[in-house]
Amino acid sequence: MTRFWTRLIVVLTVVFGLNYVIWRWAASLNWDAWWIAVPLVAAETYSLIDVFLFGMTVWRLKIRTGAPPAPSGATVDVFITTYNEPLDLVLTTALAAQRIRHPHSTWILDDGARPEFRDLAAEHGLGYVTRGADWQDMPRHAKAGNLNNALMVTDGEFLLILDADQVPEPEILDRTLGYFNNPRVALVQTPQYFNNVPVDDPLGSQAPLFYGPIQQGKDGWNAAFFCGSNAILRREALMQLGLVGYVQETEKSIRRALAASRKAIRTARKSADATSPFVDQMLRDVETATEHASAQLDAGHSLSEITYEVRQKVDRAVHALVQADVHALQADLEEISAMDLAIVGDAGVKVVADDAVQRLSAREWSPLGAMESVQAVLDALSVERTGEAQPVMPLATISVTEDMATAMRMHSLGWQSVYHHEVLAYGLAPEDIGTMLTQRLRWAQGTIQVLLRENPLVQRGLKWGQRLMYFATMWSYLSGFAAVIYFAAPIVYLVLGILPVSSLSFDFFIRFIPFMIANQLLFAVAGRGIPTWRGQQYSLALFPTWIKACTTAARNVWFGRPLGFAVTPKDRQEGGPRWSLIRPQIVVSILLVIAAVVGIARLTTGLSEPIGTLVNVVWVVYDLVVMSILVRAVLYRGYAPVEHPSGAETTSAANMVDRRKEP
Amino acid sequence: MDLTYKANGTYTEVLAAGRLNMVSAPKLRTFVADVVASGSNRIVVNLGETTFMDSSGLGALIGCLKAARQAGGDLRIAAVQPQVKMVLELTSMDRVLTSYASAEEAFGDD
Repeated sequence: MTRFWTRLIVVLTVVFGLNYVIWRWAASLNWDAWWIAVPLVAAETYSLIDVFLFGMTVWRLKIRTGAPPAPSGATVDVFITTYNEPLDLVLTTALAAQRIRHPHSTWILDDGARPEFRDLAAEHGLGYVTRGADWQDMPRHAKAGNLNNALMVTDGEFLLILDADQVPEPEILDRTLGYFNNPRVALVQTPQYFNNVPVDDPLGSQAPLFYGPIQQGKDGWNAAFFCGSNAILRREALMQLGLVGYVQETEKSIRRALAASRKAIRTARKSADATSPFVDQMLRDVETATEHASAQLDAGHSLSEITYEVRQKVDRAVHALVQADVHALQADLEEISAMDLAIVGDAGVKVVADDAVQRLSAREWSPLGAMESVQAVLDALSVERTGEAQPVMPLATISVTEDMATAMRMHSLGWQSVYHHEVLAYGLAPEDIGTMLTQRLRWAQGTIQVLLRENPLVQRGLKWGQRLMYFATMWSYLSGFAAVIYFAAPIVYLVLGILPVSSLSFDFFIRFIPFMIANQLLFAVAGRGIPTWRGQQYSLALFPTWIKACTTAARNVWFGRPLGFAVTPKDRQEGGPRWSLIRPQIVVSILLVIAAVVGIARLTTGLSEPIGTLVNVVWVVYDLVVMSILVRAVLYRGYAPVEHPSGAETTSAANMVDRRKEP
Repeated sequence: MDLTYKANGTYTEVLAAGRLNMVSAPKLRTFVADVVASGSNRIVVNLGETTFMDSSGLGALIGCLKAARQAGGDLRIAAVQPQVKMVLELTSMDRVLTSYASAEEAFGDD
């Protein structure tokens, strides 16, 4: 029945939303103030699309009734990933993991390679994995690299991935493995829940809307995605991903090398040095070989055969050039000998032996070495994937949120995922605003990286529902830009008296209010009593973080710049509240207050009209209430356990956030 | 490859510095041909700064030898470096182009 109401409200929201936004575009724009009118209607359109995508998500909300019994023979590796978390925190998780009931092996994946961890693991009978020598001087790919490394030295059919702070329940595998009886299921994600968060959750750590209606809705579209921890993965699917990725990467690099070599050859042939007909012939042969290889690549021939063939042909062309050089040389010698036999010597004209020709044609002495650019690109024609520690990278390395990227690739290969809505592990959330902001920035950056590198809307193999489900998450991270406009619009009206809407008439309210009500109703019904207000506050209030994530991720993807993680100082407890972290929000709040005062003053002096002022002052108050959460966040001094005085929760979460830099 | 020459009385020394390969070989040919055309037919190619030679480079050296002989003179080489020496030995060209320790010694016997 809830499903019926949810769908009804989705339909109403969409209809009212279209009715409002179409009218806004078609009939309400104040073109005299286009510079604020157009951005505002664009921001509203953004929000409408966001609501559409949310509506689509909850349309197929899937409530699962639990997994069938776990297959008894299934082998499982439990991976606990750590980089710099304190020893006792990791050990608590590892010992809890050891107590998981279903037979399994527990591994600590220590990317910090701390010797005391190795001893501790041995002492408790835990597996211990660090990066091998292969990773020396290679891109490390942070957590994805850590997991990929461990995948190569373990052999369980299934993998339970846990962050260092996520203490699992003993039944976590019994409750989830049964989903894998379906041979197409590759991933079971369970919620992330945090123990060290007070009921009012000042940092917005719990994500009840996400680990609830949103993941359940995505699950309905077979698009529930991997969130990095508290998830079980099928090794076979990961390996397939790694192999497919390897082949794609290799093909891409061969394509690049072929294109570059054609360019290098063309340049070389044009250069005045290449006037010798022999050299020209050789370059022409090499060019023909690369052209042929490109054609074969397009025709889908085997990569190893193509590269082997190119190398063979290049070798033959080089050999022919050396042979021609030697022939010319021999002809010269004949002539010299005809002129003056005595000087050539008694043994007659010297003949250059075949093995000498071979040697002169080989890589080391090849005349092609003179054209370094040509030689270099031909060397790049390999299937060995140099430049990576291991050729097969099962977990995606295109993003700092490898989890989402990996899940998307799994889905596009036709695998299925499950969201199991039951808390089976308890973790620790950041306890100060600095760490929290760093973490949110990282998630947002990673998500935008995936959007820019592998836009879900154009991924082959994904169904349209899946594409939109991934896109929905990415779309929501663009909210920072809309937020700025939402702050600017009331300021512009209250201070300057400029209204972006042609009039705040009956026409406006009759369209806007039903949309607004349906929208709020949708969240209430879909959320079914879940507290969503905190999430709404943060999605607007953290606008500087979202904008920074977009700009840094775009610079990273398009211009290869580092993401530039904001490094949070570890001495968070000292020096009092860190207001500087929310400076943009403070500035905006002050501007909003000033605008409200100015607006009211303008009203009393008759410079503006009452309805417009009222609407905009209400709008300002709403914005201020939304941002007020940041004051509590900055003042928050960490979790003081009251309900569960077990002591385990007192561990500081300041060290939890992954501060690894992108390679 | 950098090419320079200097007249040393009875012979002209050509100093070839760099890599004598497919790209620079034609340059050496033209350079020596010009030196011969200007009237010097006794030439020493100083290879003291030639770090590398491939088959095209070797061909150019023999071509230059031919040019010098055709002009009634001779071409000799001096101060050969290890890689060039290996190529000469491998192709038995060390028997055709005798290598001298220095440019002065190359025409020291006559």
